[in-house]
Amino acid sequence: MTDLTGMTAAVLAGEIAAGHASSVEVTQAHLDRITAVDDKIHAFLYVDADGALAAARAVDERRAAGEALGPLAGVPLAMKDVVVTRGLPTTSGSKILEGWIPPYDATVTTRVRQAGIVMLGKTNMDEFAMGSSTENSAYGPTRNPWDLARVPGGSSGGSSAAVSAYEAPLGIGTDTGGSIRQPAAVTGLVGHKPTYGGVSRYGLIAFSSSLDQAGPLTRTVLDAALLHEAIGGHDPADSTSIDAPVPAVVAAARDGAHADLSGLKVGVVRELSGDGYEPGVLDVFAATVRLLTDLGATITEVSCPHFGYALPAYYLIAPSECSSNLARFDAVRYGLRVGDDGVRGLEEVMSLTREAGFGAEVKRRVILGTYALSSGYYDAYYGQAQKVRTLISRDFAAAFETCDVLISPTTPTVAFPLGARIDDPMAMYAADLCTLPASLAGTPAISVPCGLSEGLPVGLQVMASALADDRCYRVAAAVEAALADRDGRPILAAAASL
Amino acid sequence: MSATATSYDDVVARYAPVIGLETHVELGTVSKMFCGCSTRFGAEPNTQVCPVCLGLPGALPVANASAIEATILIGLALNCSIASWCRFARKNYFYPDMPKNFQISQYDEPLCTDGWVDVHLDGSVHRIEIERVHLEEDTGKSLHVGGATGRIHGATHSLVDYNRAGIPLVEVVTKPVPGTGARAPEVARAYVTELRDILRALGVSDVRMEQGSLRCDVNTSLSPVDSDAWGTRSETKNVNSLRSVERAVRSEMIRQAAVLDAGQRVIQETRHFHENSGESTSGRSKEEATDYRYFPEPDLVPLAPDAGWIEQLRATLPELPSARRRRLQGDWNVSDSEMDAVHNAGALDLIEATVAAGASAEDARRWWLGDLSRRANEAGVELGELAVTPSQVVQLAGLVAAGRVNDKLARQALSGVLAGEGDPEQVVLARGLEVVSDAGALGIAVDAAIAAAPDIAAKVRAGKVAAAGALVGAVMKATRGQADAQLVRELVLARLDQG
Repeated sequence: MTDLTGMTAAVLAGEIAAGHASSVEVTQAHLDRITAVDDKIHAFLYVDADGALAAARAVDERRAAGEALGPLAGVPLAMKDVVVTRGLPTTSGSKILEGWIPPYDATVTTRVRQAGIVMLGKTNMDEFAMGSSTENSAYGPTRNPWDLARVPGGSSGGSSAAVSAYEAPLGIGTDTGGSIRQPAAVTGLVGHKPTYGGVSRYGLIAFSSSLDQAGPLTRTVLDAALLHEAIGGHDPADSTSIDAPVPAVVAAARDGAHADLSGLKVGVVRELSGDGYEPGVLDVFAATVRLLTDLGATITEVSCPHFGYALPAYYLIAPSECSSNLARFDAVRYGLRVGDDGVRGLEEVMSLTREAGFGAEVKRRVILGTYALSSGYYDAYYGQAQKVRTLISRDFAAAFETCDVLISPTTPTVAFPLGARIDDPMAMYAADLCTLPASLAGTPAISVPCGLSEGLPVGLQVMASALADDRCYRVAAAVEAALADRDGRPILAAAASL
Repeated sequence: MSATATSYDDVVARYAPVIGLETHVELGTVSKMFCGCSTRFGAEPNTQVCPVCLGLPGALPVANASAIEATILIGLALNCSIASWCRFARKNYFYPDMPKNFQISQYDEPLCTDGWVDVHLDGSVHRIEIERVHLEEDTGKSLHVGGATGRIHGATHSLVDYNRAGIPLVEVVTKPVPGTGARAPEVARAYVTELRDILRALGVSDVRMEQGSLRCDVNTSLSPVDSDAWGTRSETKNVNSLRSVERAVRSEMIRQAAVLDAGQRVIQETRHFHENSGESTSGRSKEEATDYRYFPEPDLVPLAPDAGWIEQLRATLPELPSARRRRLQGDWNVSDSEMDAVHNAGALDLIEATVAAGASAEDARRWWLGDLSRRANEAGVELGELAVTPSQVVQLAGLVAAGRVNDKLARQALSGVLAGEGDPEQVVLARGLEVVSDAGALGIAVDAAIAAAPDIAAKVRAGKVAAAGALVGAVMKATRGQADAQLVRELVLARLDQG
């Protein structure tokens, strides 16, 4: 880690804008860092050094020409491989898309480019974003920079590992049931899942359309807010995109940094604790609740009785949608084609391709979803799960009548060892226990580091009502500032050096 | 299966048909249903495509407002209720001409429901109830290469053109139509004709069956005339003309009757109609129904057309074909069954244009339903496809009315027009068809005929006036039919002192 790779995105942007460092220098420093450490981490599936340096040069030239630059211009970013990037391989962590070069950019990609943010490359992920450890990648697992024997979370584990290993100051993840917040928590990062519809899904390779959202993974709350503002906002190409201004998340992050939460009503969700939660995680969470009281917040316990059904509902809705979304990978137009020997028929080639191209977890969910949508089972499974979803939204609505935000641990445990849960899907699914309710309700939630348990980071989840993303940022920034004040350094500084 | 030869009359004496029609209409919007690609027909394959209509990973649909508007207009014209809230749904099945391997369609929440349309046949009215009108996207088009028939069976490989993928498609589904008996095939045809005319009046589609912008699936079932229960239905696809709609129902009734007569059961299946033979062949069986795993399309928001917008659209509805027919029927002063004959011959527009160009309604009707219909039938083409314009028909009628040609000469003039020899006037001149009514010129021919047949002339002189016909015939023959027969007769009788 050099001086340049150790800086936050906000600081780097300031250095570049002031002419103290060029974007090319900053970008090269991060490319060097990738070269130095990524053999151990395996955060990246593809590094676009030439493209990154060209984008950096363009920013430097614009600055030299006196053009006004955006607040993150020239700062490098790690892009999750589920986001479509024109001219750069995009696999979604799957063999079935190996070698596919998209002819178009996702809206998130377009906005990143327009902001002058420098895309370093594409990061590893659980195949089609299905998983909580990045072990479901067809291209091998990513390791947690805190402990190389542990997982970096998932499915956005490539981006979380890249940012926590200082390979990039900014990362883009996507969150369907917790895939930004859970990796953020177990790698000591800030990760925010925006309100559903807050960030365009156009060009995100769909896992579960009614749940998927892209968002930032960064080392500070302010960096997350800056990136959120850069990628958020209405997009006519996504019918589910909300036609409203991006919540004032940067202002909220700056405001929260004063560490004053006087008058804020915080609800602790009773159902998001207890069995299955590590004592160390609950201890850190309890200490954080006391910290919030110290910062002026009023704490009450609230009950959200239907949160306990979030996991089964999620594992009906997400597989159902993915069984349809993944039908297009059929060897006809792009990607892998297996068995096309001129003799075999179309159906056999489709079948052989899907058999060879999809991993075990993807197949499990496609089969699950196909079954749940089948005639005669639809009402009992998909229909029932949608009703649970409504009940969970009502639990949130009721809680937000008395609380400004709700909090919980982000994950029941700290990062678990590689291989520990890969053969036990239910144990793997339990990693998303706390993050699933906000996904199903479409409401925003952030994870911010709040302490260490057994030397590994623990995340605090802050949930708010739809379009109140700014509240998440304000509370997260206050916690971040108070802890930095208490410890004299950020939590990530406790990570092992590579 | 060996079908015993059964006459149609015999079939309908013993069996009652129930028909149902599912009609797909490609809308004439400028862009596709869920993306901005052009819908122009006939472009080079795969040149009107984008990430959305190719189903590339990550691409998302955005619904076309003009298509929704057109669907509501169709629903209103078919007397449907318009849903105040409805959704698109995904219909999941694997087929290579469907880029996403699901079709965005509508399932249990269609945009329009419960309408009706009346069709008129020989003065009687059949009300066809409309079950639903919904909006969906078309698929691409597969071209199967290497087989004998162009169908997938026996093909060595297939090519897919995605230009059509994503073109907005409206599906109009009737409720089952019982009680039409022997007229079922004609009712089916009359319904599709009426629907086509309504769609054309609305301007929402070019409704060209031969280009596939109007496609019809015909459901047919038979049950014994004394039975209350309906039989098992088949669905006949690839019915690509109005004439074929009628033929498909008829041939399917005869086929099913033969199956039932043989003591077998009708299989629920899709059948493929062959334009040339007029027969259908078995397609895929529907006994094991495909499970389409419908669910609400999560990439699109619900449609909630507000009542004010619907009323605005209702106010823009043009005069519909039934109202127009009532108006023209009054203008032309014809009976219900005469009007139905005009309509079912496809002559309405032509007669209206002919009247507008100056003919009397009676002349226009006589020409189009008479000689022109006969010629169209003989040529196996639609009336409108004949190479004659309404204004040429006006000229023909004018020539007859002025006595310049008789009916027989007029038909010869028409042949000339159809052969591309020009307007009727030009044909008459060029072919020398004009009636000879110059008494001086005819007198010479009459004198010659009398001189050539002195015995007949003597009989006439003696008072046997009926014998004059032979002399008139001789004159007509000598003038190659161009003489005014009445005038000739008068001249003959005058010459022979009988005038």
